[in-house]
Amino acid sequence: MAFEPVLTRGIGELDLTDLKVYRAQGGYQALEKALRELAPGDVVQMVTDSGLRGRGGAGFPAGKKWSFLPDDGRPRYLVCNADESEPGTFKDRLLIEHHPHQLIEGIVLAAYAVQAVQAFIYLRGEFLEGYRVLQRALAQARDAGYVGRNILGSGFDLEIVVHRGAGAYICGEETGLLSSLQGGRGEPRLKPPFPAVAGLYGMPTVVNNVETLSCVPHIVARGPEWFRSIGPETSPGPKIFSVSGHVVRPGNYELPMGVPLAELIFEHAGGLRPGRRVKAVLPGGGSSPALTADHLDVPLDFDSVAQAGSMLGSGAVMVLDDTTCIVKAAYVLARFFAAESCGQCTPCREGTSWVARILGRIEAGQGRPEDLEVLKSLPGQMAGRTICPFSDASVGFLSSTLIHFEDEYLAHIERGACQVREVRSA
Amino acid sequence: MMEKQAVSWVVERHEEIEALINRYPERRSAVLPLLHLAQEARGYLATEDVEAVAELVGMTPSEVTGIVSFYSLLHRQPRGRYTLTLCQNLPCVLAGAEALAQHLRQRLGIAPGETTPDGLLTLEETHECLAACDGAPVVQVNLEYATHMTPEKVDRLLEALRAASQEAAAPDGEEDDAGGL
Repeated sequence: MAFEPVLTRGIGELDLTDLKVYRAQGGYQALEKALRELAPGDVVQMVTDSGLRGRGGAGFPAGKKWSFLPDDGRPRYLVCNADESEPGTFKDRLLIEHHPHQLIEGIVLAAYAVQAVQAFIYLRGEFLEGYRVLQRALAQARDAGYVGRNILGSGFDLEIVVHRGAGAYICGEETGLLSSLQGGRGEPRLKPPFPAVAGLYGMPTVVNNVETLSCVPHIVARGPEWFRSIGPETSPGPKIFSVSGHVVRPGNYELPMGVPLAELIFEHAGGLRPGRRVKAVLPGGGSSPALTADHLDVPLDFDSVAQAGSMLGSGAVMVLDDTTCIVKAAYVLARFFAAESCGQCTPCREGTSWVARILGRIEAGQGRPEDLEVLKSLPGQMAGRTICPFSDASVGFLSSTLIHFEDEYLAHIERGACQVREVRSA
Repeated sequence: MMEKQAVSWVVERHEEIEALINRYPERRSAVLPLLHLAQEARGYLATEDVEAVAELVGMTPSEVTGIVSFYSLLHRQPRGRYTLTLCQNLPCVLAGAEALAQHLRQRLGIAPGETTPDGLLTLEETHECLAACDGAPVVQVNLEYATHMTPEKVDRLLEALRAASQEAAAPDGEEDDAGGL
């Protein structure tokens, strides 16, 4: 049976930013159902039973996250992480710009489930169009009684505030995001305590990604069994894969979790250009270790990709063909991490700059004989030694390519030239 | 307390500012929205803007300065009328973003972070992915996307920005003494 898109259905054909159009597609019916027929705990149970795992990168079960909130009478907050900035990821921007009511409905449902007093959408500062779309959609939703006081006569109140970031990758990390939302620099802090216990303003807080929350109306409307029927047992549901790099048709593809990497690349994204072959794939954004042509059978779900030695992350699949210089690719990513380290922890602040400088000179043909050993020694000194996972993420691709493509680093250092360019010019 | 001349956006947008602050349980949370508002009014954040925001949210000016310096979209120096930002992350580099950057530097005669002498354009090259990789290489002009860029398309974009800027300046004729381009 062919898979029917869930989260992206109608995008490109209908103007789903218009409340009337969204409602004509069944929009806000899940919210009406929940507020009339379901207790908050029922909604938590449905999401738990659905097996929904966080689409922001970590893959943590959403229902479990919601049930961690202590029941101690303190106000609770819901924060939607819309700070999409993992390299290669552009799915949340699609959902925000083209399907804002689906997100708003998901936020109100989640807030009802955990009984949040207020919700915030932390929106990436660069998403100006998304900001305008969300403001318009929120105004419509407020006028129609889906947001604000006494929603649909249920007695449940919820204000949603769209909060624009101002340019900082690290604000996608949830404690960095909360620091920023509280008016500080977006610097992460140590966990525990987790935001569920001490989050926004020190209160119990749920932080969920845009795509995660966009799944919620469908789970409530169609039931957890339906959601579980899509994709593998341990990572169920639909997933939007952002495919970029050397494919004929880069784009967002919504498919069942667990779609094999080869099917995504060759059937959906149009394959590679004529005569090209897959050299490496980053299956989960710039923070994910490389897979190689040997991994094309890997099903794209959280557990299978982890077993293959990488991570599904945000589902950003970057494809590098055989004309790609791996050292160059590693250098480009290293420059990014060096620029975006928040600077709190020495291993990350210094390490990311070291990595970028060393890769820069190797790539330029000025590598030193000892550089490879130094490069190999750095990931172990950087990963697991800092407040947040940024430092680990920054060496994911590097570490994997030092294993799979060591000869390319060696060729640069020993001959001062790139093998790939030699092949291309031959 | 010394009498101080109020900053114009604080006076003119008083109600909007109050509404912004009231959206949050704590005033400090309004610091980024207010900095966005101030920067929109002046084009950058002058010292008096930083001081005004600090007073509105109950922080010290040095705290606010520390926040401004953390975020790449906030600026303490005057900017061009347009900021043109080129993505230099991996998907864009695979699609030729470095050659595009080279082309723009030469065409404009400035380095990243600099502004053209006529004040039209500030050039930025960002390593932070702009989340439009299906349109690589991608550029943002004042945060609006332009995708699938080529040197030719960038040249046409620059022409359009110059024309738009001259049109905007023409009615009162006061701003348009830059000449040159």
